Amino acid sequence: MIAVFKREFKSYFLTPIGYIVLALFYAFLGFVFYNYYSSGSPDIVSVVSAPSLISIFFVPILTMRLICEDRRQKVDQALLTAPVKLVSVVLGKFFAAFAVYALCFAPTVLFELIFATKVKMNSMSYFYALLGALLLGAALISIGMFISCLTESPAVAAMLSIGVNLIAYLMPYFSDLVKNQKYFGWLSKVFEKMAFMNAYESFNNNIFKIADVLYFLSIMAIFMFLCVRFLEKRRWS
Amino acid sequence: MINVTGLSKRYGGYLAVSDVSFEIKKGEIVGFLGPNGAGKSTIMNILTGYLSMTRGTVTIDGYDIIEDPEKAKKKIGYLPEIPPLYTDMKVREYLEFIYDLKKVKFPKKPHIDEVLKLVRIADVQNRLIKNLSKGYRQRVGFGAALIGNPDVLILDEPTVGLDPKQIIEIRNLITRLGKNHTIILSSHILSEVQAVCERIIIINRGKLIADDTATNLANKLSKERALFARIICDEENMLQTLKTVSGVKSVRSMGKVETGAFEFVIEPEQGKDIRQAVFEKVAAMGKTMLSFADNTMTLEQVFLRLTDATDEELENMLGDKGEEE
Repeated sequence: MIAVFKREFKSYFLTPIGYIVLALFYAFLGFVFYNYYSSGSPDIVSVVSAPSLISIFFVPILTMRLICEDRRQKVDQALLTAPVKLVSVVLGKFFAAFAVYALCFAPTVLFELIFATKVKMNSMSYFYALLGALLLGAALISIGMFISCLTESPAVAAMLSIGVNLIAYLMPYFSDLVKNQKYFGWLSKVFEKMAFMNAYESFNNNIFKIADVLYFLSIMAIFMFLCVRFLEKRRWS
Repeated sequence: MINVTGLSKRYGGYLAVSDVSFEIKKGEIVGFLGPNGAGKSTIMNILTGYLSMTRGTVTIDGYDIIEDPEKAKKKIGYLPEIPPLYTDMKVREYLEFIYDLKKVKFPKKPHIDEVLKLVRIADVQNRLIKNLSKGYRQRVGFGAALIGNPDVLILDEPTVGLDPKQIIEIRNLITRLGKNHTIILSSHILSEVQAVCERIIIINRGKLIADDTATNLANKLSKERALFARIICDEENMLQTLKTVSGVKSVRSMGKVETGAFEFVIEPEQGKDIRQAVFEKVAAMGKTMLSFADNTMTLEQVFLRLTDATDEELENMLGDKGEEE
């Protein structure tokens, strides 16, 4: 797992992808930070949660090549014939993408410290917001990685992942939409549960619910499980 | 070392490998021979655990590739048809990655240095793989297969894309490695298989159609082993005389081939060696023999015969196999 992690993490910085994602992310965070800082309302939670919407677009950039590129270049033959479990290959790749994602939020530590010099704040709220952002990212990465299993083209994987993420993001609206329908009203509840933005929001409101953490962990588990099964299935077909 | 029984692989409606069984002992170098699309790569991919079989079992040193994949895979070094390389990595970096991936226990630096030297890529170790030529890439792939010094080496067309000098180098390397490794090598180049392998398994249309040493294969198929003699003589007279030589089953004339010389095809009775008798007879007649040849089939001919034959013909050609065993 560590070998795969090291290789994948390094590969983000062998290609421009890692640098571009980090640069754009830092620019965006810096801009948001500057706005809150200069407006005199140092709200670290708003800074941390600001990129949640753009995560939907850039996480697929991180995950698009994860699995399909290996297959395209036939490198999967090296991975699958090595004495390692598929799970550790998938986990290694997952953590590599997650590490880059987590790096994106590194400057917020600095921002928090700067804000703290200005006003006295509850640092738990920063911690919860960060935890929420990381869990959201982890869930998006596992979804993106699964989609990367399905296709052989990184571009298709990225488009599909963005589509899926958007649908998930818009779930609360779908939920509202069908709420008063005569026959499909029950779907409203289903959609509501599928909307991970609801679970994510509570972290930003300084509420820590173990259920929300489990919610994201189970999304990760499900998609990584599917990912392993798909790779396994390919051997049999 | 390697035990394969009743191996079949079906892709949808297409049967790529059908009921293949063989056993390879420790230290053997076995050649997989077959035309393109015969199922060689599929079998190799199954042996190494990359693909799964539809039916049958594969065990490597007693470990089942499905039941005990990690232990079985640890025994194997695999060089697929297209070497699986991360082209954005440097040669050394890639081998280090494979080293970590295979969880090798030897000291890292000396082991990788040794492999680099063995496949002669030490001079490119700090170059990006994507900038290397096909021959070098092939050798990097070979190097990756050697990492961890596995007991079994499975090499899918290891010399494709190499220049003649490199081919000879790689062949020598395989022969050297063969002293303490079990090697399966696939190729559609006959001379290659003949050069390095003790035993040959011929595969065609997913079926194992022959499994023997090169010489045995050639012998088995040359039942109609005839002698060709070119003699300066009178055609009719010679025909009659040759027929009287003991052990001769039939004699045919191919007609005049050179001025005054006729070519005769002399077929011996089953299992008889008539070369000396024929020669002496001709000499006794005071005739000049211009050439005298045995039509031992080359492996090339064997291969073509086997892969072109229908199932029925195969039965006839190799039918005696069962009796011998």
